[in-house]
This record gives sequence, C-alpha cells and structure tokens, in this order.
Amino acid sequence: MFHIHCPYCGELREEQEFHPKGQAHIARPADPASCSDEEWGDYLFFRDNPRGIHHELWVHAAGCRKFFNITRHTVSYEILETYKMGEQPSFTAEHPRGNSTEAASRQAQVAQQAGVHV
Amino acid sequence: MSQPNRLGQGGRIDRAHTLDFTFNGKRFQGHAGDTLASALLANGVDIVNRSFKYSRPRGIVAAGAEEPNAVVQLGSTEAGQVPNVRATQQALFDGLEARSTNGWPNVQRDMMSLVGKLGGKFMPPGFYYKTFMAPASMWMTYEKFIRKGAGMGRSPAENDPDIYDHLHQHCDVLVVGAGPAGLAAALAAASGGARVILVDEQEEMGGSLLDTRETLDGKPAHQWVAEAQQELAGMDNVVLLPRTTANGYHDHNFVTLHERRTEHLGETAPLLDGRRQVRSRMHRVRAGRVVLATGTHERPLVFANNDVPGNLVAGAVSTYIRRYGVVPGRRLVLSTSNDHAYRAALDWHELGKASGREVVAIVDARANPDGELVEQARAQGIRIITGSAVIEARGDTRVSGARVSKVDLEGFRVVGEVETLACDTIASSGGYSPVIHLASHTGARPTWRDDLLAFVPSLVKGVSAAGGAQGITATAEVLADGVAAGRQAASDAGFEAASVCLPQVAARRDGAACALYQVPHEKAALRAPKQFVDLQNDVTAAGIELATREGFESIEHVKRYTAMGFGTDQGKLGNINGMAVAARCLGKSIPEVGTTVFRPNYTPVTFGAIVGRHCRELFDPERYTPMHQWHVEQGAEFEDVGQWKRPWYFPQVRPDAANGERESMAEAVARECLAVREAVGILDASTLGKIDIQGPDAREFLGRVYTNKWAKLAPGRVRYGLMCRDDGMVFDDGTTSCLGENHFLMTTTTGGAAGVLEWLELWHQTEWPELQVYFTSVTDHWATMTITGPEARKLLAELTDIDLDREAFTFMDWREGRVADVPARVFRISFTGELAYEINVQANYAQHVWDALFVHGEKYGLTPYGTETMHVLRAEKGFIIAGQETDGSVTPEDLGMQWCVGYDKPFSWIGQRALTRPDTSRTDRKQLVGLRPRDPKVVLEEGAQIVLDPNHAIPMPMVGHVTSSYYSPTLGSGFALAVVKGGQHKMGETVYLPMADGQTHEADIVSPVFIDPKGERQNV
Repeated sequence: MFHIHCPYCGELREEQEFHPKGQAHIARPADPASCSDEEWGDYLFFRDNPRGIHHELWVHAAGCRKFFNITRHTVSYEILETYKMGEQPSFTAEHPRGNSTEAASRQAQVAQQAGVHV
Repeated sequence: MSQPNRLGQGGRIDRAHTLDFTFNGKRFQGHAGDTLASALLANGVDIVNRSFKYSRPRGIVAAGAEEPNAVVQLGSTEAGQVPNVRATQQALFDGLEARSTNGWPNVQRDMMSLVGKLGGKFMPPGFYYKTFMAPASMWMTYEKFIRKGAGMGRSPAENDPDIYDHLHQHCDVLVVGAGPAGLAAALAAASGGARVILVDEQEEMGGSLLDTRETLDGKPAHQWVAEAQQELAGMDNVVLLPRTTANGYHDHNFVTLHERRTEHLGETAPLLDGRRQVRSRMHRVRAGRVVLATGTHERPLVFANNDVPGNLVAGAVSTYIRRYGVVPGRRLVLSTSNDHAYRAALDWHELGKASGREVVAIVDARANPDGELVEQARAQGIRIITGSAVIEARGDTRVSGARVSKVDLEGFRVVGEVETLACDTIASSGGYSPVIHLASHTGARPTWRDDLLAFVPSLVKGVSAAGGAQGITATAEVLADGVAAGRQAASDAGFEAASVCLPQVAARRDGAACALYQVPHEKAALRAPKQFVDLQNDVTAAGIELATREGFESIEHVKRYTAMGFGTDQGKLGNINGMAVAARCLGKSIPEVGTTVFRPNYTPVTFGAIVGRHCRELFDPERYTPMHQWHVEQGAEFEDVGQWKRPWYFPQVRPDAANGERESMAEAVARECLAVREAVGILDASTLGKIDIQGPDAREFLGRVYTNKWAKLAPGRVRYGLMCRDDGMVFDDGTTSCLGENHFLMTTTTGGAAGVLEWLELWHQTEWPELQVYFTSVTDHWATMTITGPEARKLLAELTDIDLDREAFTFMDWREGRVADVPARVFRISFTGELAYEINVQANYAQHVWDALFVHGEKYGLTPYGTETMHVLRAEKGFIIAGQETDGSVTPEDLGMQWCVGYDKPFSWIGQRALTRPDTSRTDRKQLVGLRPRDPKVVLEEGAQIVLDPNHAIPMPMVGHVTSSYYSPTLGSGFALAVVKGGQHKMGETVYLPMADGQTHEADIVSPVFIDPKGERQNV
C-alpha cells in the first residue's frame, strides 16, 4: 500500500485516502471539433505504459479532494515526487534523477514529513 | 514409558507440566514448551500425513515454518476447525486435537497409495492437464474427485467465535526475526532512541541461539537471549512481538504482522475476566526502515526415497534434541555437503550409547573435510565417509537403512560400491538458503552468490538484511552484522545509535561447503526411486527433468508445470533444489535458469485476522435516512443502494389473514403503484445525491458537463440533465435547480453521488481552473420526501404557505416556503409521471414533516412506497436509470433523448465530439425501446438476450437485451425496457427471448413510454 505525500495537505497519508485517475498531463484538445477522429481517439483511449518513470494523476478523495500529480517508478513503485496541478515534474524519463533544485527540495519535504533524514 | 523418544533431561520444556492431546483420535502426552511436532516425535509417531499426489507416508522433516509435511487440521469442535496448521509451529496445549489432512481411510493404511505406487509412470508432471482435460466439459466432475482425494484441510462450517483486531502502527525501525542478528539489531537501533518493533514468529525469541552448541560470554546462549530481551523490554521505545509473523512486505515499507495471541492456549481464545480475548492481531506497520533478520532455511539433499519418515534436515535434529529434549530415532546417518550440519551428529552422539542412540556414520560429499566440527567428530570416534553421499533411503513407513556410495559430483554419477548402513534416521544438509521471502515480496529479484551457494536478497530502498538472511552464518559475525544493520537503520531514520556491548563468541573455523543438491543414483533419475524436491506438492527430480525435456526452460514455467513451490509451502525447502535440478538438465547455472519469486503470505493467515472487526454489521458502513426508524417500525423490507438502506416495499398485514400474514412483494408493489396512480403516495428520496454549486461561472460549468443547455435557466426553474463522459457515453443523470443567478442544486443518482462530485472536481481542477465555481456535497443535509399522485396538491396545500396554483407553480418549478412550519424547498418534478412535489427540508426536521404529512394524508389515502414501486412507476413512463438502462456503452441518442442534447452549444461540452465518431453515429446501435410480452402474465427476465429468429441455429445472433422488467398493475401486464439494435426503427416488430429453461418468450417492440405518452398527468 502506497504512502503518498499530498502536496496540498503537506502530509504523508495512506493510499486508502486516494484514488488513482490515470496518466497525468493529458490535456483535452482546446477545439475538439477540429480534431480528426484519430486524434480524438488518441486523446480518449491511448495511454503510455512505461517501464520506469510515469506521471500519474491522483485525487485525495478522502482528504482535501484536491487532484495532484505523482511521479512514480513502475518497477520499484517508488514515488519520486508529488506536485500540484499546473506544475511540471522534476523527475522525468530524460532526467530520472531529477532536473532541478526543485526536485531535491520536493524530496526533502517528503522525507521531513516521513521523519526520515536523507 | 509414554514418550519413548523423550530425553530424561535437557531442552526448554517443562517436564513437570504434562499436557494431553490427540492426534488422529489417539491420545498422547507432551509437555509445556513442546510444539505439536516435538510432542509427536517424542511419542514416536512416524507418519503424520499422506502426500498430496502419490499418497506416500510422510513424517516430520523440519522444526519450523519450512515444514512441508506435518500440515494438520486442528479443532475439537466444528467452529474451532483450523486448517493448514504446521505442527512445527503449533504450541502444544492441553486438550489439543489434531488430524492429518490427507489419507483415507487413515494415514497408516491409505488406499490412494496404491495409485501412488502404480502411479510412478502414470502420474508424470502435467498429469492432470494431460489426462483429465478431455472432454473439457468433464473437468468439473474430475476436479471434484481430485480435490477430495487431495485433502488439504477444510474450513469450519460454523461461525468463528473468536475476535480479531487490526492495529495501525508506525515505527522508525522494524526488525523481523529475533535470533542473534535481530536481537543485536534491535538493541543497536533502540539504543539511540529510535522507535523499534521487534517481531519473531516462534513461541520464544532467540532463533538459532536456542539450540546452538556455542556459548556467549562463556554461558549458554539462551542466557544472553534472556538478558537481551529483558533489556529491550525495559525500553519505552521498543515493542516486542513474539508469536508474530511478518507475513507480507508491501509497498513503501508497509509490513503486515500477524500476532497470534492465544493460539498457544486453545483452539478458540480463552476468556479473561469473563470476556473473550482477542485471538490475533494484524499489525499494519508503516516502518521508516526495516531490518530483515530472518535467518536461513537448511536445504535437504535430494536422494532416492528421501521422503520416507525418518528423513529430516540436519538442523531440525539438533533443534529437537537441544530445544525440546526429543531425539527423533535411534540410529542416525548424516549426509552433508558442509561443516555446520555436523552439529546434528555431535548432538546425537553426545546422548551416549547408554541411551540407545548411535551415530552410524557421517557421509560427507567432500573429499577432504577438515573444519573444526569435522575434527571434533573424528575425535569422538564417529565414522566419517568422505567423498560420498546417501543415495537412497531404505524403508517403507520408516527409514530402515541408508544406501551410501562414493559420488562424482562433476560427472553426476555414482562411483564404486554401494554400502547399506542400517539406521532409522537420515539427517541431510545441502547448505543454507537465506530466508529471502519478505525481500522478494517487494519485487526485488534475489542475487545468486557462488561463494555462498545461495540467493541473497536484493534490497529496495529502506530495507536491509542482517545475519543469516544475507548469508552470514558464524554466530560472532552474525551478532556484529546485526549491530551494524541496526545502527545503520537507526541512523538512516535520523537517530544516533549508541554502541552495543556484544558477547564474546569463540570463532569457529569452518571448511568450505560443496555444491550438492540432487544426489546421483546408480539409475538415471527417471528410473531411480523417487527423489523428492518439493515434498508438499510431490514434485520429484524426475518430474523436473521431464519438464525440461518437454521444453520448459524458464524456472517459472517449470514451476507452473510441476507445481513446485506452490501452495502454503511457497517453496521454502524445495525451490533452490528444484532450480538446481533444472539447471543440471539444461546445462546451465542456477542463476541462468532464473531467480525465484516468493509471494505473500509467508505462512498462511486465517481469514479472521485479515478481516479483523470488518465483519457482519461492520463489514461496510450503512447509511440511513432521517426517517429510517419509521420505515423499520412500519415493517419495510430494505434494499441496499450503494451504502444506503432504502425501503424496498412496505408489506402490510393482509386484511383477510387471521395469523397476521403479510403481503408478498408483488402484492405490496401492486397496491403501492395503484395508490400513486389513483390517490397519493410518498417516497423517502433522501438518498439522492445533492451537490450545491455556487460561483459566477457555475452556469457555464453546468453547460460544459451536461449535454443540454443551461444558459437561460431562470431562478425558480428546474431542468433535467444528462452527463456523458468524453467518449459520449451516458454515466449519470438528474435534475438541477437554479436557486439564484450563481447558485444551483444538482441531484445525482443515489449510487453515483460521490463519483459525480469527483467528476465535477476533476474537470474544474485539471481542465478549467479559471472558472470560478465551488462544489459542496449536501446529500446528508437535506431530507427529501416525494409526494406524488392526483391528490398530492390537496395534501400539500394543507401544510404549506407556498402558492400551489397550477399557473403560479408550474411543472419544473421550485419554490421556497414553509412545510409543516419548517423551512422547505419544494420542487415540482416527477419521476412517476403523476403530479408530484419533492419536499426538501433540513434533515433534522424530516421526521416531523413526514409525520405531519401522514396526519393530513390519511384522508387522501397517503401510502408509503419503496424503491420497487418507484422503479415500476418510472419504467411505465420510460424514465431511465443510469446504470440500469445504461452500461457505459449507451449514448443520449441511443436512449432516444436527442431532446436533451444541445448540439449547438458554443462550448464543446463533455461527450459532444464523440457523438460524431463513426461508431457512435451507426444506425444499428443498440437503442432503448419498450417491450410488451405477448402473454401479459409474463415478466421478462432482466438481462435476457433478444433474438429476431428463434429457429436460427445456435449460436443465434443476439440483437439486444432486457434492461428493466416489471409487472404493471396499471397495464395489467408485464412490460419491459430493453436495448435492441436499430430498435428505434423496429417499432411494432416481434422479437424473441429464449430462456435457459427452453421456453421462448415472444414480445412486441413498442414505445418505452407505456403510460400517458403526452405527459398530461404530471402537468395538472
């Protein structure tokens, strides 16, 4: 069972409080009418299934009801960061160790919450 | 003497405390401190079970969780039945009753063994797949007999009287295993203040120190164990959990611990101060760091007839002698590949010939063993046969001899003469496998180490292994490794660990072990007597060899084909040996064949512990409306809708019944339906989801999530809306009322309330955060009572200050006012097709208003109705229920609800784009229609498939199915809603519904609106 840091509540909470909502950063086309059927089908039905770093949308359903994103490793299940809607991930397939000082600060924040010194 | 194998002294049992128990109906005695296994061995019970597939007699092999054979059924009463108990892990208590799980008519004489004896050639791996699969239709029949033959325990048929708890725990360092490594790790971690939980699955903490020959600080090792435990028990930051198994290692250092609190006291928990104790606790621990100090399992050697009772792993022999004062035989032969196993022979030899015990020989596969223990054995005059191994056990129900030969390990063959040694016990050791099960649960593949001849755990973040669990075996090194692991874990968790004073242990010089798994035999493996790899699942070396010949090369495939490592055993003794056999056959190394994966649980966990208190009325939360108690008092039958308890129907006492007999459901529903259509009925609709929506962009938001238009809905008006997903499929519906220019009240289906709220939040938070709109669930704040029927207006008029004039308060209006002197919102909407008012009042006023309605309603024949009548009435009007008429593949157009679709709205609302995809615009999609059975007495089955030609050969093309079906007292006929391919253009056509019993019903496709098609009755 995952231990998830809600970026809005600022706390590590049990997975039971959350619902997974699929892949993150899937934007609805701004003008659906101008999409071809194929483009619309891609938006509706096609999702990545990477071995490694994956960005996911979750909601703190039994908590603050906020949606947020998780960067999770699909092999180790390690959660590398959680971040608010509208923010971009620091850990990506291109930068699996994090690409900025923000990555370090997000990790430190989570670690501090967990009472763990990294 | 009643316990022929009990030693006069030694061991950690209390000889003054005798306990009675029965095994397979026979009475025996043991002592406090015994396990069931040690007591059975003390009494000379050789056969404890029959094997799973071949029905061969089986005895106790090991002394701990790895025991594959002595799996018994416990219980003197039906409610107290416990299956899958390892006799080696069950503490003996007075009055214990145990039985073998296999064996018919009993384990001594087993009829199935005839099959086993004949069956060598007849039951190869994959036997069941190969033999019983044709014809496929017969598998169900075969399976019943196979399962019966296989035994495997049974669950109790009566309610469990016991209580189980769940505890949620947090700690900085969780230490699994309280042997030398675990105790040292816990001491080190706790010394700096870290919160430590130390768990151990055995009756006593101490692990290998409870039966070691070594001394700590010159004293028996168990003294140091006691001191260490005492020190830990005195620390506030330490929780000690004996009799607790860490069964599963889950994501993010979440570990489940199964603490058995009373299983050593009786089959059900005894009373304490008149109250039943908690039988077991499931600790759900979120640990900062985890130290796995789980030790090792000794591997038995794989030789011919290595399953005959009297074959044990070497370490178990030492454990039984030193810990339980039981010697499991008289004449011992030890077959080993390593030094450590020598202690079994030394322990046995030291009992002395006077006790009738003798070590016949130590058979060592190494040419020149020279370690310290080897020297000790030589010095004691024990015969050591080098470069050799036991290649076959003699005996039927008990070992009677050991055939010993020189073996060429490289060439995998027997060389030279075979000598037969008379003996009744064969101890074997092929080395030690770290217990990597928990590490394996994390998904980390273990690593093979050639120097250790074993897999060591690969470790994910936050977990470390110590001592035997990572292949360290010398006690002094194990203690030091435990301290290091404990300190590191504490430091990782942010604590400074103080130094720990370790006891002095004399270093021991061990010689190198050799790699020996399957022992060669004079005959090839396929022709030699059976060499067992997995005793619990009856998997032989020949079976694995055959599997590799049949093309199974991955160990995962071999496992599935042969069943190796399946079941409750999870390959504790057999997996590595099996991989070694496969590797030999395939000419590969063990790591090349694959790694092995263990799954939770480590040992079986009773369902009671998994469920905890979440059973019976606490299984799932129940939600009640404010009027619930009234419904109960009226004798309502209830229906579960989501977590809600809704009145289903209100059966009344039959007027003509002398004995108080009540109406059937059909009678009650017919009465309730007619009351609504002819007078007035009342429904408790409080469970409908209600979402309060506010904000300057609320109206815009509604226009995006609903299919229809909301721009012009004025305050005081109500509108019905459909919600689709972006794939164009309907997923919920309901009415939304305009309370003010920027304020709306949305209703949802009862079951969909939480999902709809989340759906609204999803779109607002992720796609349109710029819209100013806020959502609040108010389902529980408002109670809703629907009064409906021709007399509804007259009734309500007596209780309200709202102007109910037909022109002033029209259909699809809502008004604020007072009802029964309570502030109320009244909505003129109808789910029955009759004149209807939905009265919403603050929930805590609801019972008052409900009562007042009945005081005034009696003269109008006010009749409470439940969900069943609600369904009949709405279906008569062709009103859909989302989730019943729709199933995630139905568009608004399929429902014939184009009137509810705003095709020209400016914003591309959710679902609009999908409606122009080729698939959603097909004309032969399943479309909602009404069905009228030709025979009015027939009520079609919901879910029944619809065909156009009942004489078509099977499989008939199916064109749709029934979604709702009831009997209508108004129509005097059964009727149904259904989806039929192209149904909207098939009005008047006849369809057929072939039923499972061979009947075929005939029905006509009609409009889904059965009553008042013009909607005049709701508009009066």
